[in-house]
Amino acid sequence: MSVLLQASGLCQQYTTGKTLFKHPTVVRAVDSIDLEIREGEIAGIVGESGSGKSTLGRMLLGIEPPYRGELTWRGAPMPAPGTPEWRRLRREMQLIFQDPLAALDRRMTIADQIGEPLEIHGLVPREAIRNRVSELMGKVGLRPDQAGRYPHELSGGQRQRVVIARALAMAPKFLVCDEPVSALDVSIQAQVVNLLYDLKLEEGLTMVFISHDLKVVRNLCDRVVVMYLGRIVEEGPADEIFANPRHPYTQALVSSVPSAGRGHAKRILLQGEPPNPASRPSGCAFHPRCHLADAACKAEAPALIRDSHRLAACLKLRAAPNQDQVREIHA
Amino acid sequence: MLRHILSRLVRSFLTLMLVMTFAFLVLRLSGDPALILLGPDAPQDAINAFRERWGLNDPIWKQYLAYLVQLLTLEFGVSMRDQVPALDLVLSRIPATLAITLPALLLKVGLGIPAGVYAALHRQSIADRGVITLSILGFTVPSFVLGLLLVLVFAVQLGWLPSGGQEGVEHALLPILTLSVGGIGIMARFARSAMIEVLGQPYIRTAMAKGLSWRSVVWKHALPNAAVPIVTLLGFMIGSLIAGAAVVESIFSWPGVGRLIVTAVANRDLAVVQALLLVIASSMIVANFLVDLAYGLLDPRLRSRRAAH
Amino acid sequence: MSLIWIKDLRVSFDGVQVLHGINLQVGKGESIGLVGESGCGKSVTWLAALGLLPQRAQISGSVTLEGRELVNASRGELEQVRGGRIAMIFQDPSSSLNPVQRVGKQLDESLRLHRGLSGATARAEAIRLLDLVGIPSAKTRIDLYPHEFSGGQCQRIMIAMALAGEPDLLIADEPTTALDATIQAQILDLLATIRHETGMAMVFISHDLGAVSAVCDRAAVMYAGRVVEQNHIGELFDNPRHPYTVGLFEAIPELQGPRRRLQPINGTVPNPRHLPRGCAFSPRCAHASDFCRSAQPALLQQPDGGQVACFHPVRDPRRTFSPASAELAA
Repeated sequence: MSVLLQASGLCQQYTTGKTLFKHPTVVRAVDSIDLEIREGEIAGIVGESGSGKSTLGRMLLGIEPPYRGELTWRGAPMPAPGTPEWRRLRREMQLIFQDPLAALDRRMTIADQIGEPLEIHGLVPREAIRNRVSELMGKVGLRPDQAGRYPHELSGGQRQRVVIARALAMAPKFLVCDEPVSALDVSIQAQVVNLLYDLKLEEGLTMVFISHDLKVVRNLCDRVVVMYLGRIVEEGPADEIFANPRHPYTQALVSSVPSAGRGHAKRILLQGEPPNPASRPSGCAFHPRCHLADAACKAEAPALIRDSHRLAACLKLRAAPNQDQVREIHA
Repeated sequence: MLRHILSRLVRSFLTLMLVMTFAFLVLRLSGDPALILLGPDAPQDAINAFRERWGLNDPIWKQYLAYLVQLLTLEFGVSMRDQVPALDLVLSRIPATLAITLPALLLKVGLGIPAGVYAALHRQSIADRGVITLSILGFTVPSFVLGLLLVLVFAVQLGWLPSGGQEGVEHALLPILTLSVGGIGIMARFARSAMIEVLGQPYIRTAMAKGLSWRSVVWKHALPNAAVPIVTLLGFMIGSLIAGAAVVESIFSWPGVGRLIVTAVANRDLAVVQALLLVIASSMIVANFLVDLAYGLLDPRLRSRRAAH
Repeated sequence: MSLIWIKDLRVSFDGVQVLHGINLQVGKGESIGLVGESGCGKSVTWLAALGLLPQRAQISGSVTLEGRELVNASRGELEQVRGGRIAMIFQDPSSSLNPVQRVGKQLDESLRLHRGLSGATARAEAIRLLDLVGIPSAKTRIDLYPHEFSGGQCQRIMIAMALAGEPDLLIADEPTTALDATIQAQILDLLATIRHETGMAMVFISHDLGAVSAVCDRAAVMYAGRVVEQNHIGELFDNPRHPYTVGLFEAIPELQGPRRRLQPINGTVPNPRHLPRGCAFSPRCAHASDFCRSAQPALLQQPDGGQVACFHPVRDPRRTFSPASAELAA
């Protein structure tokens, strides 16, 4: 599979608390991310609040210019914001996020909203818009008779379908879905997850799926990236990551998910609170909560190390064989 | 906390300077002040004399410097009409104004907040609707209409109260009433919506689930939280204690700051106008400062946000 | 004997009925899960039982706590029960604590109310409770405000506050939904430990079947204002009988086992204003017959000890994950 999008050394930082009298605090939300998104795959990004997963998602889309680092799209550097090339690229990359009601205009019918991008960008002749809209609605599982409805007249799942249809109107190649099913009831969640999966199969769409729900990620994604405090701690095929997590954080994360009927057998309980990006621990950011941590972990930030087709950043895994390639993480 | 107060003081001073500079710009740059203040029909030699007296023939930066010196030394010159220092004249009017605005403020707080809170606690009841209707009535009737109406009824028709002057308590009653009605209405509306908002919060449900009596829920949990937005409005009201009664003072010929504004502007008394601006702006800034301090006392979240800075 | 017995509880708001006769018993020390999607009435049931619904709610039926009737009980009686006999914690811990009051004071309030403690004794007990729920350095942090704690810690404080009244029953209304996965696991663990140590009964309201099975002995599945199935956790999860329960399981992806296509439940949760005739689930049910669309099935006792409200319960004793592709429905 060819690489669609490649990020190298991607950093994002925010300055907060800057006043006339105080020194500002710099918060590093995303820290030295190297990531490849391959054509036609669904890559999952998991992590808790403060892990930087949503920020990374927006950066991959080029909506948020990176503080440092580089993005290439099909091998060429991302064009500068505002240029015609950038605008054309915008059409190929779409964002779907958690709250569909906030993404939709309350005063427009859903057909009008799905058709709007077609009209603005002149993607199809004006007289063909109606047909294209009903085609898109069919594709996401909306009935033709719902075309004249307003967002508030639809259920949460139906609204998310409208958002997806609107994104599809631009014939995108790449979707970033940021917690797209988190606000939906379980029975509806499955409908939207299946829809996304079908889009990958039928349209060949490439997706980044950001979620805190490990179960959904495992079932939908080909590859999974686990983030902790702005960095990737583990990366690999979804099946393997969940069946055999290597990084202690991934292990805890996976075992924190109670499975129906079995409850919490043999789980690893993490001590302490989710980390605060504003006060990043020294060395390995996970060490204050890690049961394997020792003095070395406190002092040294582990690099993301490749072991066949999997990557993990943990000093305790160094002993592992097969160190094919070492990717340094610049502090 | 001390550091915060200091930084606030510095900022307040800067704000004050900004306001006064703006006033200077408006007074000097929106045309010839002599013409604006004396009127287009004034004789040329009067205009020349005015310009000479106020240094209007100097370059603008020199005028501004002189103005700043005036501000910092609090020497605005002598009132053209009363021949007393302008600032003294303004300050001497403050007690009279406070004599009506302070009782009015007490009425706004003492009647407005309880009425609003009661309405919020008895939503959709007859009392609630009564409070809403009365408060709308209160703040939609302009004070000059209300003042004249009160004069008509109590002074002219019934003859119970005097229609103007400042001899005793009975003279103050109608101005106080006129001043407070609108504010009571606004305060009631505001307290009602603040309280309704708070009553819908999850921590109120928690307080009830704890087994607290409704009275305790209201007094210990709802009111302290509703106080935060109410204090904002209170700040506005405190800020207008000095300058907010111009119309009412004029109606009742009450010799306060508000009437001084009217007469000073009418008489083109530039020294007094500038002194007034300083006093009014200062009072607004002080009120703002008090509100800010009160926020810190009422809401610990705001306190620690400051500490974090 | 049951600690709490809910009989034919019905609730309506402005003429729209949202609970259609709930029957449920919680025994002493028992832990029951209440499962269902948003709007199915799982929270309303317990808010109604404690008299915490807004005044416009019309409530009928009966809720008895060891024989004492709670529906339409006096304010004073309910205030004694709330916090003292039955405590409740909620979904959003950070906004469930009074933001302008110190955490210690909020605990003190419950201790004073239900245990008559005050002053230094109350403070010592508050510190002990904070310790118990795992707040680090409780002694110094007792005088902090809620915003100075994280969401997970706020939920711990809520649990400490609930324990302050030494209740017989804790209602936990989606207590982990707003928390991160690793913190969620901590709170579930804490709840299980506390229940084990105090012998307190618990009602765990959640849409997360995994969380329910982690802390409950028994679970009731609710749909559109009714209990549709109820059984012991093991039975319910191994052998669900109601098509809706089966549907919920099929819709939730697994973390173990082969990856599979999810099987969503077609359609959407009905609007309580326009409930379908007959069984409320019939429009979304693959097993529904014409009869289902005209008559309402009652919740009936089953030989395995469970209860099911369905005319055509799923017969297959084993839960199967058929890989058949499910139709995406509107």
